[in-house]
Amino acid sequence: MKPVSGSKIVVGMSGGVDSSVAAALLKDQGYDVIGVMLRLWSDSETENRCCAPDAQLDARRIASQLDIPFYVIDAQEAFYQAVVQPFIDGYAAGNTPNPCLNCNRQIRWQFLRSRAKALGAEYIATGHYARIESSENGGYRLLKNPDPDKDQSYFLHVLTQEDLSQTIFPLADLSKPEVRQLAREFGLAVAERPDSQDLCFVGHGNYRDFLRKVNPSSIKPGPILDLNGSVLGEHQGLADYTIGQRKGLGIAGAEPYYVVEKDLENNALIIGFKNKLGRIGFYAVDINWINGESPSESISADIRIRYKSKAMPGKITPLDNNLAQIDLTESLPDITPGQAAVFYQGQVCLGGGIIQREAL
Amino acid sequence: MKRIYLDYAATTPVDERVINVMLPYFKEKFGNPSSVHGFGQISDSALDKSRRSIAANLGAAPSEIVFTSCGSESDNLAIRGTAFSRRKQFGFNHILISPIEHPAVQATADQLSALHGFEVSYLPVDQLGLVDREAFVNHLREDTALVSIMAANNEIGTINHLPEISEICRNRGIPIHTDAVQYGAHHEINVDTLGVDLISLGAHKFYGPKGVGVLYVRSGTELLPTQTGGSQEFGFRAATENIPLIVGMAEAYRLVQEEGPSRREHLIPLRNQIINFVLDEIPASLLTGSSLQHRLPNHASFVFEDLDGNLLVQVLDSEGFACSSGSACKTGDPKPSSVLTSLGYEPSWALGSLRVTLGKDTTQKEVDQFLEILPECIRRVREVSS
Repeated sequence: MKPVSGSKIVVGMSGGVDSSVAAALLKDQGYDVIGVMLRLWSDSETENRCCAPDAQLDARRIASQLDIPFYVIDAQEAFYQAVVQPFIDGYAAGNTPNPCLNCNRQIRWQFLRSRAKALGAEYIATGHYARIESSENGGYRLLKNPDPDKDQSYFLHVLTQEDLSQTIFPLADLSKPEVRQLAREFGLAVAERPDSQDLCFVGHGNYRDFLRKVNPSSIKPGPILDLNGSVLGEHQGLADYTIGQRKGLGIAGAEPYYVVEKDLENNALIIGFKNKLGRIGFYAVDINWINGESPSESISADIRIRYKSKAMPGKITPLDNNLAQIDLTESLPDITPGQAAVFYQGQVCLGGGIIQREAL
Repeated sequence: MKRIYLDYAATTPVDERVINVMLPYFKEKFGNPSSVHGFGQISDSALDKSRRSIAANLGAAPSEIVFTSCGSESDNLAIRGTAFSRRKQFGFNHILISPIEHPAVQATADQLSALHGFEVSYLPVDQLGLVDREAFVNHLREDTALVSIMAANNEIGTINHLPEISEICRNRGIPIHTDAVQYGAHHEINVDTLGVDLISLGAHKFYGPKGVGVLYVRSGTELLPTQTGGSQEFGFRAATENIPLIVGMAEAYRLVQEEGPSRREHLIPLRNQIINFVLDEIPASLLTGSSLQHRLPNHASFVFEDLDGNLLVQVLDSEGFACSSGSACKTGDPKPSSVLTSLGYEPSWALGSLRVTLGKDTTQKEVDQFLEILPECIRRVREVSS
């Protein structure tokens, strides 16, 4: 549903091109736009990308240019609890967590929506590349952006019907060049700002440095073993590795070695040749069905196991307790516990869940 | 949306009458008062007239009025200038201030301590922000270089009873400074009644322009300049005098004297209405600072338990009402205000502060409209705080 002209809309602004154009489009369409940046982090050493003074200054400048109010709202405590702590715990548990999912669900939606309500706004908007559509039964559907490189539905599969009913994605089907062009047309100073890629809260270092700093005990050296249990070398901490990883092992063999498994109990990294890698089926937990209803039996869908990986056809069998069994048509080498498996039928994102370690 | 301004303790709009007296001094009468020629003489005469006007309104001598660029600069000059002078003359190293001073005093004392070896100690204050007379006496030392106690606090509106304290200082020969930036915007000051040796004032708190202030320096008070250069302002502050702003400040301060009683008469009932309404209608709310008696006439300040004060200010702004909060931070990193923490408030209260400050042009209708939406705004913010 399109809000009536003049409605109050809170736009989450990061100081980047996408959210700036989103705000400009809404303002242009006659909405009463309020720019909001969430302050997520305050450690100056690992200065949060989104909350860095520069980004804030950029967002403030854009807001002033658009003549909209701009507020920075403190979300540090909520962000730590909902995103950072699970990220640290996830690595400690041997997973490769995807903190953006928790952040979207609990911070960018739940938290921001509640603050928007306090500010008198029924709707929030973000600069995501995805589209929301009303479906025949009165609900809402989430659709991919046509550009597979920019489509962000993977990260949005955690949204609920309630979220979607109060959300606007002004960029919808636009492509990045179109968004940059709009930024130029609106005269926004951020038009040429490069895209950001890293995890926002780990700062300019990488996540390994971050983990070393916040939870050094989770990064202990240990043995690298082959599948027979022979010691081939030493690793510097299991969090440094992810399933399917080939680079950086530093161990020569008859053919290249890959990370096959992490043995948490013995702090051992298990490696093997390519033929030992790969799963065709797995469990996923915390399943969210965007339409709000779990199917009563197995369904066929395309399944994406990483943000930018190609979707692969498969079968999803819903189980009790928000669990689902996923069977792919072919085995994949890089199915990684902690990442999301997201389900699609055509352009429609059905939902998804978190890949589990336990084998089928 | 019509916006209603309720943050007059932050700054005030310049009075039309003040603008009018300033205007000729930007362009026609632009001379440098230090120049020998006629252009300079016109400016010098305006400077002298402004100085005499402010002096007369303070019950001071013109030679005791030093123009600065703002209240903060006046604080800096008073604290730094006196501390260095007293050290140079007597070797004194002790600075005594209250724990709820404006950052211009607080941070200056901190720097003197960190970089120059001065020893700063803090006076006990009660929960209303009042300095205890007896404790004050006990904190004075043989080597106390300087005392600084603000006349009225910007965050909580409490007015200290300075005459008692300054009398003690006078008897001991210790210079005492007061930041009267808030107090002087509402109350006529007589330097001998107040009894202090140094007084900071800033024009923009009383419908004068930003960028100009005064430091009153009692005759005989030794002070080293902090900004060195030419011999302007009796050698206390080098810089070509900013004549238009100085002329504006003098006019704005004249109006404080002339209209002070009627302004207070207008402000106090509106202030009381806000205070009474909030304490009656808003659950878990407290007035911060002194009760109605020792309180700035335009100042209502509160804390609300379990409420994000920053968000409340944002929500009020989105409803068209401009207020402030002691913990407010436009970069979204609120900390409990150090003033409220010093007064003993727990973070669960100190983070939820709200300051509403009225101005001479605030209307009954504006206050009514504000009180009409306030409970709902607080309810909405509380719902998401916790």
